[in-house]
Amino acid sequence: MSTNAEISKEPLFSYKNKKLITNPIGKDNPITIQVLGICSILAVTVQLKPSLVLAISVVAVMGLANVIISLLRKTIPQRIRIIVQLTVIASLVIIVDQVLKAYMYDVSRQLSIFVGLIITNCIIMGRLEGYALYNKAWPSFLDGIGNASGYAAILIVVGAVREFFGSGTLMNVQIIPDALYAIGYENNGFFILPPMALITVGIIIWIQRSRDKELIDAS
Amino acid sequence: MKIIKDIRDKIRPHFDKGARFGRFYRAWEAFDTFLFVPEKTTSQGSHIRDAVDMKRTMVYVIIALIPPLLFGIWNTGYQYYQAVGIDPAMLEAFSFGLIRVLPIIIVSYASGLAIEFLFAVVRDKEVNEGFLVTGMLVVLILPATVPLWMVAVANIFAVIIGKEIFGGTGMNIVNPALLSRAFILFGYPAYLSGEVYTYTRLQEGHQLVDGYSGVTPLSLVAEGKTEALPSDLSMFIGNMPGVIGETSFAAIMLGGLFLAITGVASWRIIISVFAGGIFMSWLFNIIALNEYMMIPIHQHLLLGAFAFGAVYMATDPVTAAQTRQGKYIYGFLIGVLTILIRVVNPGFPGGVMLAILMMNVFAPLIDYYVVEANIRRRMKRLKKANIIANESKP
Repeated sequence: MSTNAEISKEPLFSYKNKKLITNPIGKDNPITIQVLGICSILAVTVQLKPSLVLAISVVAVMGLANVIISLLRKTIPQRIRIIVQLTVIASLVIIVDQVLKAYMYDVSRQLSIFVGLIITNCIIMGRLEGYALYNKAWPSFLDGIGNASGYAAILIVVGAVREFFGSGTLMNVQIIPDALYAIGYENNGFFILPPMALITVGIIIWIQRSRDKELIDAS
Repeated sequence: MKIIKDIRDKIRPHFDKGARFGRFYRAWEAFDTFLFVPEKTTSQGSHIRDAVDMKRTMVYVIIALIPPLLFGIWNTGYQYYQAVGIDPAMLEAFSFGLIRVLPIIIVSYASGLAIEFLFAVVRDKEVNEGFLVTGMLVVLILPATVPLWMVAVANIFAVIIGKEIFGGTGMNIVNPALLSRAFILFGYPAYLSGEVYTYTRLQEGHQLVDGYSGVTPLSLVAEGKTEALPSDLSMFIGNMPGVIGETSFAAIMLGGLFLAITGVASWRIIISVFAGGIFMSWLFNIIALNEYMMIPIHQHLLLGAFAFGAVYMATDPVTAAQTRQGKYIYGFLIGVLTILIRVVNPGFPGGVMLAILMMNVFAPLIDYYVVEANIRRRMKRLKKANIIANESKP
């Protein structure tokens, strides 16, 4: 019992716990470093608003799923753990979907199937398998929030870049002044097409790696 | 010459490592080697070198681009005067075209070379002359009506995403000039739609001829108006609306001949692109389900940028297949895909750009299988030889 007492004395935001949040946002980002969850990046980032909503949804689902699985971790039989994880995620996603439908119907229609597809987001399953199954509730919660934020950050940046160059707006508010259009500027239709999402993510990866030499792999 | 060399020798030390402009050594070097042959000699290994190094190769391509460029400049002016119903003198049309085309050339070079120099200085590597060719190719595959800022943006995108990201000249997967055009096609499709290629911002006192449309022949065909096509001769010479450098089959062939004879471009690729185009249009002639499929084979080759793509774009030594058989396969598939995209796809009238970009991506795969097949063949031969040798043993 002495070990438990020691752990419980650990401050809520100890160095180790803080790392759980900051690492996935930077050095261990699920998208730019582990290259997971790319499909939703391609699909929903045409505009900032749906990206933002999906980002928040993923943060909510992932944080809660990690906590629930972590609390259940001693009672889940090894052999059916995947199905239990899926059930938990699916229930949370249904809740998020219903909330969106009730309060943000237009965004929900825009996101259509991609809210449901949060279930298949490899980052969530990966964190449940890799972290929540073996750790206590509080660190699991932080880990979930951290990884989801890393995902969310990239999603929001890509969404902003694509909406800005593709439609000249941010959150449906026109940013590029009319004067610029008057002298011949045009929105770039290429940014609305999916390849540009991939290229934008690629550029983010490029910038990140050239700033942090540690991340460059030998190959 | 002596004077230039003296000046050069005086400036030279400022760009040495640690000197005042040491950081810009690479930029200096680029201009320096442009004027003078590098003084460096090999210290070991092979000493015999071909006089035709990369810089010279690039210059050859530029020379080969002169006929379509000159024709394109004249045609830009000619088309304008056609639109306003005036029969221009040769020089008049040419000077009008020059005023329209020259700014595009300048912007294209300035934007591309700026990025090229920037990366050379930051990464401390030699400035490569690849862009001298790319910058000119970009101009020739754009209409004279394209806004200048678009050319700059597209070039910057193409040089960074198409080339520098992969490590600069010689490392790119796709042709940067075509990437530049693709960027404009997908980003600003209205400017490459095939109906706005003639310069129609009228000068004072000029008026458009009634019913003038200025649609390119390829767009005409795409709309199903095959009977409105210009005559074969005029498509061969190229006095029809279109992108700056692609209209004249004759001028392109002149450049192509020069490239093929000097060996700068692979004649195998050029021939097989045409073979592929002929094969596919023959196939469509047989199927003949609609007006478009029934276009005679020779018109397919004269239309649009087919010849230009075959001669200047498909033969880019970096992005084409490297093996001999690979070149035949690569070229043939470009020809086939070009006609296929043209006829079957209602989205874009031109197909050669997308066909070449696609085959650029597949070129390494083609090479891989050609090499593998060769290895297998030789292994088989070796096995057979071993068996014979064993049998002949007493």
